[in-house]
Amino acid sequence: MSPRQINWFKYSSPSTFYPLAGRLIPWFWMITVVLIAIGLYLSFFVAPTDYKQGEGYRIIFIHVPAAWMSMFIYLVMAFWAAMGLVFNTRLSAMMVQALAPTGAMFTFLALWTGAFWGKPMWGTWWVWDARLTSELILFFLYIGFIALQGAIDDARRADRAGAILLLVGVVNIPIIYFSVKWWNTLHQGASVSLKSGSSMASIMLVTMLIMALGCWAYSIAVALTRVRSIILEREHDSQWVNQLPEVRL
Amino acid sequence: MSVAEFFNMGGYALYVWSSFGVTAVLMLAEPILLRQRRRSVLQRVRRLHRIRSEEQQ
Repeated sequence: MSPRQINWFKYSSPSTFYPLAGRLIPWFWMITVVLIAIGLYLSFFVAPTDYKQGEGYRIIFIHVPAAWMSMFIYLVMAFWAAMGLVFNTRLSAMMVQALAPTGAMFTFLALWTGAFWGKPMWGTWWVWDARLTSELILFFLYIGFIALQGAIDDARRADRAGAILLLVGVVNIPIIYFSVKWWNTLHQGASVSLKSGSSMASIMLVTMLIMALGCWAYSIAVALTRVRSIILEREHDSQWVNQLPEVRL
Repeated sequence: MSVAEFFNMGGYALYVWSSFGVTAVLMLAEPILLRQRRRSVLQRVRRLHRIRSEEQQ
């Protein structure tokens, strides 16, 4: 290997990643708090009232970021799961495990806020249409992954089984994303698309993006915090853990 | 806009505040739970570390 090449595998070792994550966490919390504060201010005080949905549409500012995160976190988990299967790195499986509860939480929030938006606008909490059903399946995939990991005692086997479940389930993500195009659904089409741009007023779009970035920073902060606990749990008998200042107390 | 008007959300108060409220509760609860988890993990690791170093003596 040439000396100028960055050694990406260096940070795939838990002993180097653990302190790095510890240094990054406060920064991501700071970004989270700032972005969510700005986002909430814009959501409630700057974004104008919608001409059709009145103030009720403001649910969009949490609904869409939660839905985006639910899909994005799943893709990141599937990516790390594939990395873990291919390179057999310990840390990738720990990252997958650290992201799962947060992904499940955002999926639940997408469904929950969707129900509370659907009730006043469509007149129903729930319909079995393509978008809602595939998002519900995503929630079950998260729960299934967490349950599967918890049910297998041997950590490495649990990682492999979980990785395969995640990779099979990836097929659901494009189904969720394109469901509003492929099927005739009650759910409205994409608010933002790469081809046609946005169908909303720009201040609404900016607000939604800021909230999404805030949720993104939140997810990183939370996942890094959780992965540090997982690293300690799994590596507790290794030399470097026993030399950590917080352990030697 | 008065405070009461703001909280009324044009008649959509139940829907808007249930959405934002539950989101806020979950996004505050998760970091708190993680803090507790880290504390209990550290406690366990410290205890194991102590037992091991006592065995070596």
